Amino acid sequence: MSSLETTAPPSVDPSRSRRAARRTPSGFPWLTRLDLRVTPYLFVLPFFVLFAIFGVYPIIYTVWIALTDRSPLNATISFVGLDNFVELLTNDPQFWNAVWNTFGMFVMSTVPQLLIALMLANALNRRIRGQMFFRLAIAMPIITSTAVVALIFSMLYAREFGLANWLLDLVGIDPIDWRANRYASWFAISTMVDWRWVGYNALIYLAAMQSISRDMYEAAALDGASRHRQFWSITIPQLRPTIIFTLIISTIGGLQLFTEPLMFTSGSGALSGGSEGQFQTITMYLLDVMNARFRWGYAGAVALVLFLLIASVSFVNYLLARRISSDK
Amino acid sequence: MTSTMLRPPVVRPPAAGRPGLRHRAERLWTASPLTWIGLVLGVLLSLFPFYWMIVIASRTNDAANSWPPPFLPGGKLGENIQRVLDNGDANILTGLANSFLVSGTITVATVFFGSLAGFAFAKLRFRGKNALLLIILASMMIPIQLGVLPLYILMAKLEWLNTMPSVTVPFLIGGFGIFMMRQYAEQAVPNELIEAARVDGCSTWRIYWHVVVPALRPAAAVLGLLTFMEQWNQFFWPFVVLADPTNPTVQISLRSLNTAYFADNSQIFAGTLIATLPLFVVFVLFGRQIIGGIMEGAVKS
Repeated sequence: MSSLETTAPPSVDPSRSRRAARRTPSGFPWLTRLDLRVTPYLFVLPFFVLFAIFGVYPIIYTVWIALTDRSPLNATISFVGLDNFVELLTNDPQFWNAVWNTFGMFVMSTVPQLLIALMLANALNRRIRGQMFFRLAIAMPIITSTAVVALIFSMLYAREFGLANWLLDLVGIDPIDWRANRYASWFAISTMVDWRWVGYNALIYLAAMQSISRDMYEAAALDGASRHRQFWSITIPQLRPTIIFTLIISTIGGLQLFTEPLMFTSGSGALSGGSEGQFQTITMYLLDVMNARFRWGYAGAVALVLFLLIASVSFVNYLLARRISSDK
Repeated sequence: MTSTMLRPPVVRPPAAGRPGLRHRAERLWTASPLTWIGLVLGVLLSLFPFYWMIVIASRTNDAANSWPPPFLPGGKLGENIQRVLDNGDANILTGLANSFLVSGTITVATVFFGSLAGFAFAKLRFRGKNALLLIILASMMIPIQLGVLPLYILMAKLEWLNTMPSVTVPFLIGGFGIFMMRQYAEQAVPNELIEAARVDGCSTWRIYWHVVVPALRPAAAVLGLLTFMEQWNQFFWPFVVLADPTNPTVQISLRSLNTAYFADNSQIFAGTLIATLPLFVVFVLFGRQIIGGIMEGAVKS
């Protein structure tokens, strides 16, 4: 706060009184009234203009398009009602495959990610030398793009000369074809997500941990509670809002998973996510329908269902997290 | 440094007077060997891929594909970087220039529009303020996938496909920037100062420029850093609208490298090195502020 106040009073300006006199409210009262009325709206206007054009309009258009059979290949557009949704939900195994993959990788990445982040944050919250170094080192993966992460890890998980298989070889396990096997590919992709996001989440947890009153821990320690006990009985319940926040962020990000599985295979046709779609996610499927099969109406339905999934999973996470921590 | 920290360091009350008690309280926060092991392991895992990037980027392609894998850097870094720069499919120099242009423009716009709107929401009175703020919050929950198809059609109509406006204009100001500036303006801009300026006859714009902007500077710096990093790393939307490989952003250049040269790992890794270097420099210079920004955002939300 103190640093702010030192920079705050720039209005002390020797020429101020003279300029102010010229602009005194009594000079142009209507102008001042207009300023007070209208300027706040002008200040927030840029966002709403952009949001209307590039946010709201596309969403409404998506809803409309999903009710048609629009395609760049069709000369005419006809209204098909809910046909796209019916087909998507009842007669599209590839979509459900993508849903299954997306949720599988979401759970496989999010659970360890948040647990490891919690443990790291707990460690960072101790009195340690070189605090800033540890924070910086652990947060550093956030400078990489998902494309870079995917490329690096793709090589780590190469079948022939990959580091992961070399490590397995050291302990006497046969090499794994990380792309051919569904669960192996999920694991590989989940580690990419986790590597990039663990440090970020750890910092968020650390910030929340630092705002927990230390008296609570001291009182618990006096009562003989072990560190382990303190962690589960004080830290976790106190972090509840933060955990909900990270869960929702992870849900929004995890269910949109795209770049990592896309770049996991090289060459064209990467949108299909492996030879049998072992790791095709919903977003990859959406672009597949849109740009490879040109079924735009159908793609609109996919996009809407994806959004509903994200919204409902976020809501369920929210309820679960609230429930779990209040039980403790 | 301190002037860019978003929050004053927590001042912990001194421990209780009795030496025994204080000792006990202090001991609560000492690091156990397990803490150290966990931290060191975390740091190693976190830094290893960066090291690995340098190792492979500085090797010949044969060495990169050898068994056991190489663990030490070689001497071919310059050569590999030269090969990436010359690669006619990736156009990585164009990609870098485009990424700087796009991320830079969005960063400046986000800081400017974000501080304007943040100030309005924090300090100005106008009807419908809360409803508008709610819309902004809701907008942050909407994934771009939802509107991707109409957005694509819109870009085609505007004839923006394969050009930089398509990946710049829609992102000039987002909900996050406004929200962050609003939270900061609420505590950083004293109401008395605004009142005083009003009495002096200052217009709202002059108040923004002479009172609010100086006070918001620390938060603006952090918002700028976070925005630049986020935009530099954008992939999904550029992938959709920048299909022409001659005019990519740097991330799309990487994608082209991966598509065109499956086996050429040393070249791909040299490419990832080039694409990461600008943010690495940013992180070295401003890492503390970035971390402060992330932690600050967490407490606020």
